Amino acid sequence: MNKVVKNAEEAIQGLEDNMTIILGGFGLCGIPENSIAALVKKGVKGLTCISNNAGVDGFGLGLLLEKHQIKKMISSYVGENAEFERQLLSGELEVELIPQGTLAERCRAGAAGIPAFFTPAGYATEVAEGKEVREFHGKMYVMEHWLKADFAIIKAWKGDTHGNLIFRKTTRNFNIPMAGAGKITIAEVEELVPAGELDPDQIHTPGIFVKRIFQGEKFEKRIEQRTVRAKL
Amino acid sequence: MLDKNGIAKRIAQELKDGYYVNLGIGIPTLVANYIPEGMDITFQSENGMLGMGSFPIDGEEDADLINAGKQTVTILEGGSYFDSATSFAMIRGEHVDLTVLGAMEVSETGDIANWKIPGKMVKGMGGAMDLVASAKNIIVAMQHVNKAGESKLLPTCSLPLTGVGCVKRIVTELAVLDVTENGFKLIERAPGVSVEEIQKATEGKLIVDGEIPEMKI
Repeated sequence: MNKVVKNAEEAIQGLEDNMTIILGGFGLCGIPENSIAALVKKGVKGLTCISNNAGVDGFGLGLLLEKHQIKKMISSYVGENAEFERQLLSGELEVELIPQGTLAERCRAGAAGIPAFFTPAGYATEVAEGKEVREFHGKMYVMEHWLKADFAIIKAWKGDTHGNLIFRKTTRNFNIPMAGAGKITIAEVEELVPAGELDPDQIHTPGIFVKRIFQGEKFEKRIEQRTVRAKL
Repeated sequence: MLDKNGIAKRIAQELKDGYYVNLGIGIPTLVANYIPEGMDITFQSENGMLGMGSFPIDGEEDADLINAGKQTVTILEGGSYFDSATSFAMIRGEHVDLTVLGAMEVSETGDIANWKIPGKMVKGMGGAMDLVASAKNIIVAMQHVNKAGESKLLPTCSLPLTGVGCVKRIVTELAVLDVTENGFKLIERAPGVSVEEIQKATEGKLIVDGEIPEMKI
């Protein structure tokens, strides 16, 4: 079973205009930057993107926004991007804001075959408008539906030819719950190794959730807020 | 009257040994600087880390290791990393003991508004709605009045809500107040602040029961 594709261009084969895609990462941490670059190059338009954030000007999903390739963003926080704000205010871009935990769970539910679930987040706020609410054990909950997409695109540290993935530090974020939430899940990794080289005890995402895997050409790993303290 | 660090210092007195704590952006972040000596507190960052440490030493920052404010950070011994679904399982499942966050408005019934101002660019709620809907203990750290001089402690919130009936305690530059069935109960005054000043700055119902002690900072 070899899921390896040559590069990002090959990985996004079949990803066409007006599709819905789920993309991993938190801010710019753990984003599938090679796949995003390939989407920019391919020029697909009218995308609905489900991602916790929308990148920054000039990096991450900001690159797709600049080229007007995104029709709708579904996110929890979108604050860091001037072009995003411009397109939103001018009505070019549609945005749906979702509580962060609900977004993670909706993706997880999509991958796990759970069509809906109840969460307390957003009860009695505008997030719950038009949604079923129900009381359990004296507390009110809002029904939320799974999220599924044509493609889920995630980024891991190491992967093998079977699609097994290992993440590094806080790059797990949305990448793990999003694995399997697309009809096709693409994983881009920093290091691709033959099956058998990764310790099965250390796998974070089993390969069954991944359909295509490739080693990214380069990872810039831009830092959004570089905060340091002085050397003593 | 307290400055931002004073508010953080006062909130740090609410910490208990062994607590798992989630701190929001702004004044809440400062609470980490005032952990009482000898106390074992674990900070949760909702992007996927327990045991969050300080900012890294210049040159040792790692793009793969950030906090929920997207700042480069470090992890302490005994810490762990996890994904966002697991992170919010910790939050929704009430495994996090204390959440400290900022607010634009709090109502006398414990409703909180902190994510959206109509007519202004809305950035999103991030994890705030999940946190306020689930935490056992929510402390709000904020200024008592807004920049226009209007009270932020109201009978009902005027801004779109983040959560209802969830705030337990509020610490401002003027006072410590608890949300009770009957309104805001004044618990402590900031050094040099009178009950009258607090009353004037509080639009919601204020309960003043007996002598109100001054905070010990």
